[in-house]
Amino acid sequence: MTSELDIFVGNTTLIDEDVYRLWLDGYSVSDAVALRVRSGILEQTGATAAVLQSDTMDHYRTFHMLERLLHAPPKLLHQLIFQIPPSRQALLIERYYAFDEAFVREVLGKKLSKGTKKDLDDISTKTGITLKSCRRQFDNFKRVFKVVEEMRGSLVDNIQQHFLLSDRLSRDYAAIVFFANNRFETGKKKLQYLSFGDFAFCAELMIQNWTLGAVGEAPTDPDSQVDDMDVDLDKEFLQDLKELKVLVADKDLLDLHKSLVCTTLRGKLSIFSEMEANFKNLSRGLVNVAAKLTHSKDVRDLFVDLVEKFVEPCRSDHWPLNDVRLFLNQYSASVHSLDGFRHQALWDRYMGTLRGCLLRLYHD
Amino acid sequence: MPGKLKVKIVAGRHLPVMDRASDLTDAFVEVKFGNTTFKTDVYLKSLNPQWNSEWFKFEVDDEDLQDEPLQITVLDHDTYSANDAIGKVYIDIDPLLYSEAATVISGWFPIYDTIHGIRGEINVIVKVDLFNDLNRFRQSSCGVKFFCTTSIPKCYRAVIIHGFVEELVVNEDPEYQWIDRIRTPRASNEARQRLISLMSGELQRKIGLKVLEMRGNAVVGYLQCFDLEGESGLVVRAIGTACTLDKLSSPAAFLPACNSPSKEMKEIPFNEDPNPNTHSSGPSTPLKNQTYSFSPSKSYSRQSSSSDTDLSLTPKTGMGSGSAGKEGGPFKALLRQQTQSALEQREFPFFTLTVFPPGFLVHVGGVVSARSVKLLDRIHNPDEPETRDAWWAEIRQEIKSHAKALGCHAVVGYSESTSICEEVCILSASGTAAVLNPRFLQDGTVEGCLEQRLEENLPVGCGFCHIPYDELNMPFPAHLTYCYNCRKQKVPDVLFTTIDLPTDAMVIGKGCLIQARLCRLKKKAQAEANATAISNLLPFMEYEVHTQLMNKLKLKGMNALFGLRIQITVGENMLMGLASATGVYLAALPAPGGIQIAGKTPNDGSYEQHISHMQKKINDTIAKNRELYEINPPEISEEVIGSPIPEPRQRSRLLRSQSESSDEVTELDLSHGKKDAFVLEIDDTDALEDVHSLLTDVPPPPGFYSCNTEIMPGINNWTSEIQMFTSVRVIRLSSLNLTNQALNKNFNDLCENLLKSLYFKLRSMIPCCLCHVNFTVSLPEDELIQVTVTAVAITFDKNQALQTTKAHIEKSLQRASADTEELLQFPLELCSDSLPSHPFPPAKEHLESASSNSGIPAAQRAVTVEKANPMGEGNFRNRSAPPCASSTVGVVKMTPLSFIPGAKITKYLGIINMFFIRETTSLREEGGVSGFLHAFIAEVFAMVRAHVAALGGNAVVSYIMKQCVFMENPNKNQAQCLINVSGDAVVFVRESDLEVASVQQPTANCQPLCAGGEVTT
Repeated sequence: MTSELDIFVGNTTLIDEDVYRLWLDGYSVSDAVALRVRSGILEQTGATAAVLQSDTMDHYRTFHMLERLLHAPPKLLHQLIFQIPPSRQALLIERYYAFDEAFVREVLGKKLSKGTKKDLDDISTKTGITLKSCRRQFDNFKRVFKVVEEMRGSLVDNIQQHFLLSDRLSRDYAAIVFFANNRFETGKKKLQYLSFGDFAFCAELMIQNWTLGAVGEAPTDPDSQVDDMDVDLDKEFLQDLKELKVLVADKDLLDLHKSLVCTTLRGKLSIFSEMEANFKNLSRGLVNVAAKLTHSKDVRDLFVDLVEKFVEPCRSDHWPLNDVRLFLNQYSASVHSLDGFRHQALWDRYMGTLRGCLLRLYHD
Repeated sequence: MPGKLKVKIVAGRHLPVMDRASDLTDAFVEVKFGNTTFKTDVYLKSLNPQWNSEWFKFEVDDEDLQDEPLQITVLDHDTYSANDAIGKVYIDIDPLLYSEAATVISGWFPIYDTIHGIRGEINVIVKVDLFNDLNRFRQSSCGVKFFCTTSIPKCYRAVIIHGFVEELVVNEDPEYQWIDRIRTPRASNEARQRLISLMSGELQRKIGLKVLEMRGNAVVGYLQCFDLEGESGLVVRAIGTACTLDKLSSPAAFLPACNSPSKEMKEIPFNEDPNPNTHSSGPSTPLKNQTYSFSPSKSYSRQSSSSDTDLSLTPKTGMGSGSAGKEGGPFKALLRQQTQSALEQREFPFFTLTVFPPGFLVHVGGVVSARSVKLLDRIHNPDEPETRDAWWAEIRQEIKSHAKALGCHAVVGYSESTSICEEVCILSASGTAAVLNPRFLQDGTVEGCLEQRLEENLPVGCGFCHIPYDELNMPFPAHLTYCYNCRKQKVPDVLFTTIDLPTDAMVIGKGCLIQARLCRLKKKAQAEANATAISNLLPFMEYEVHTQLMNKLKLKGMNALFGLRIQITVGENMLMGLASATGVYLAALPAPGGIQIAGKTPNDGSYEQHISHMQKKINDTIAKNRELYEINPPEISEEVIGSPIPEPRQRSRLLRSQSESSDEVTELDLSHGKKDAFVLEIDDTDALEDVHSLLTDVPPPPGFYSCNTEIMPGINNWTSEIQMFTSVRVIRLSSLNLTNQALNKNFNDLCENLLKSLYFKLRSMIPCCLCHVNFTVSLPEDELIQVTVTAVAITFDKNQALQTTKAHIEKSLQRASADTEELLQFPLELCSDSLPSHPFPPAKEHLESASSNSGIPAAQRAVTVEKANPMGEGNFRNRSAPPCASSTVGVVKMTPLSFIPGAKITKYLGIINMFFIRETTSLREEGGVSGFLHAFIAEVFAMVRAHVAALGGNAVVSYIMKQCVFMENPNKNQAQCLINVSGDAVVFVRESDLEVASVQQPTANCQPLCAGGEVTT
């Protein structure tokens, strides 16, 4: 006796959260059944393995049918085939678009093209995440990217509107899209200590301050190349950043800047002498990063540069985080007292974001 | 030309990509009705076209309006080649043809293609203007309402229940026409869908005409079926019960929002429909009803009824003492004549109802069924389907005579079915023989108030159990005892019925689903030989199914079956029997005896041991089941066994003398029934198998109950969480060693595993009850068995359940020993009973009243009743509430039950009767057979929901999947499936919303209560 056909269809579609998780994690039906057996569900419910098998198959089939709709979540809301309560719909979508930290770190900042997909095999081996799950996560990134890439308006809002994700997840996706678009390097060895959260935090600051959308006014000329206001960095701003070079190029300005910072911080930092000794190097590093951002290649290396030029030197001198904060605050604020410097607004736009990023990046 | 149909095509969404180059679609729509077609403009390059068309107007006969479906086809415009069809929507406009139902059909409909399934949605608005032609009701049957519900629909009351209506139409099946060889599968499927839609319309119209002839205005319990006879054609047949219904429309006619029970009680004196026991204070009352209840059986078992039959009855039943008898005698004769004439005018006194207005059902005789095996021949003249008509007439005649033999003049819970394999067809009909109250069957009975009082003096809660037949002239051997409840009338030891548990039935403990499953191998044969072989097998199958049912019933410690449905399915090389029913313990019937096992070789020691071991196991199971289902009958039953004259101490002498004449018989029967219990002889492997299969039925896991009736006795506090589902399983039998035994085991495992899967899947709903569990078996191919289950899982509140069950038992105890002191209390208790019962409520109030009887303070009690009220009728009939709760817009509930727990149905929008075909030539790509069918069933649900929503409804009640014919050819990567579903589209309002409204209603609203009562009586 073999079961040829075995289905269960409810007027309200039954969603088993545990099975959904197993499905999302890319387990085959038999693996999922084995995992469920191990969870002790048979003892709890008195069911048999055959029942579990049939149940798992059913859920997998349902998820498979739902997957097409999950690719465009608003469709899930308007479709008529599956009657699912709104709370469950939200859960389905949220979980479907959720991703693994290990996975996202591997692809963050990479071009979301087909070529990368071949690397999924390697990622799967490296992270221990099933290939199927990697595919889903990668495809999600790509799908979201494709949809919002060319869109006007707030990146987070666009994502939220088109994929109906929670605020938290929408922000994460905004970061992923932003990184993918600007191709920030995140995979270098020296960046390995950084989490997705660190990058997402920086991305959010950058989106808020460094993109066209951040300026707060839509481009007047509809034909201009600045459609994707939140995704691309403000080119003009990047160009202008060159002006900051004067802060390190002009020796007087640099010395004045240093003395302003040192006077204020004297006695307040545990690593004052190290700071004093390093000030010029650090300042040069930070300003040079800014000046280089006109080249897209250097934009990609932004995080590498920040870690190399600032995080690592400070770390090697064992700066406590609080001292870093005091230093950066003073470092940015002192510029206002430099009479010869005319780009205060530009400096604030640059340094305000950078300060936030650096503080987030500064950890072990 | 008495009607104008207006259609507007608004928009489409989620259309499929039809042009690969642009990834877009140039869609337009054809709207067709009859022979007229309109087209919209082409909406270029969009998957979400906004046609916003003009109103397309069709001027049509109302006959066409009834028969034809509105056909909407969405196409992709192609400049150079033929336009590609995207899909179709068929809209049945029948609901727009009667005034009280829907006024407009408007909403998103899934665009359906028989090859690709649902492909996007289309927004359509449909209206009908019927011209005020007074005569139109005579030409067509517009205006006759149809209900699938097998009880009087909730917001109506039955003025008259006229009786049986049936009709069938036949046609050639397009799938078997010569043209099918040259047309595409899509064209063929669509031809079939359209034809069946047409035939259903025609059938409904014809039935409607019959109803009008009977002066009715509605069909209740409408059941329409298709017989796919293959080469010989396509038969669409329908049965139903014609009624004259009155809508309880004005708010005044509804029970007011009385939150205080004391108010409800005060209303009783105004009540024109007195409750039985309010009049039972005099000692003479039992006599009256006794004479009444016996008389019909007499008169009907012997066709020649006259007053002397009556006289002959009188001494036996202890009549002739006191004026009551004299008064009742002639009166009763009159009644009987009325009933008789009312029923005998009818060719078939059948009723497809399973739930009845209070007082309608007097006695129940038992299940009557008839089957016949026919050879199908080609239908030569579709306009005269005489052969098929004659076949059914024959079977119905047989049913009628069976009912007569049981001393009954009517058959209730009647249904018909077929099973077809190649050219052999088994026609089956079954029902429950019953004696009915003539009150509802005729016009002009409203005047006799006294008459009604007399009739209503039947003992509460056990009257229907009393035998309708003459105990000296019994149609079959049965053990009779005095009723354990009223102790006045005879009852059988077990009762099998096809109806739902009557509202007032007194049940101890909970019920459970009981199934008998059986397979029998049959040699493959052709035509006549095959038919003969099947005919020969049938009686054995019936017998075995019955034995199995009886065994399982006893094993559960129960004594009655409700909702019994026996399905015999014929296949190429086997016959399958599947009987499902809900077992209960009726307080009125004696406790079931145990099951005894006897071996044939008593000398063998080890064998003896084996037997005793088995016996012990069986006894343990019975004990366990009694505990599980809370079957604790009151102890008085022992007393009864001790003395054959069952009489509570307070009974008058009169009663004692009354029963003397039949003393001996009773005594004999009783002793017989007790001593021999029920013997199972295991002298062959077959019997051994039986015993094994008895014991392998696993009870549902804790927290789960199941039944195939509308409601579960002992559970009455449903929450609003419901989940309707369909589950299908097909197994392939290994062709090797096919023995009856192996087959039985396979089949048994299939059903048991299916149930286990259901319990597992629905575990999050615990505590919950699977209601209306409906199994269907089919044998699509040689070695395939297909089982389809549709049911609804309803969650209930455990704590309240305990409380009310307890109260219920208490109540039945009270009733069993009706002390005179309690008489005072009775009217009080019953008035809460009688309250909701006016507008013919479903079977629930006794439980409600049980909760109100449990000694909780009045104020608190009101709350309990309110919460426990499972279907929102009765206490909270507030019509001013909005018809559709805004919070539930979009969600359409589906249930096979006639009610929605925790909600009240405020409007019936019309019948949903849909037929779909789905075919695939890429079975593997669609996820194999399971993927294919899973998607299809989900699509069918979606289409049903969309139609209901478009009618303005938010639920389908009495939903049933009548057919699910699945055929596959994995080698060709093909599969095809036909599904036929039906139900009643309704609008319901959550009880919680009603409560809010009811609080706002002033108490003055209580007054209309009596108005409601008057109308009902």
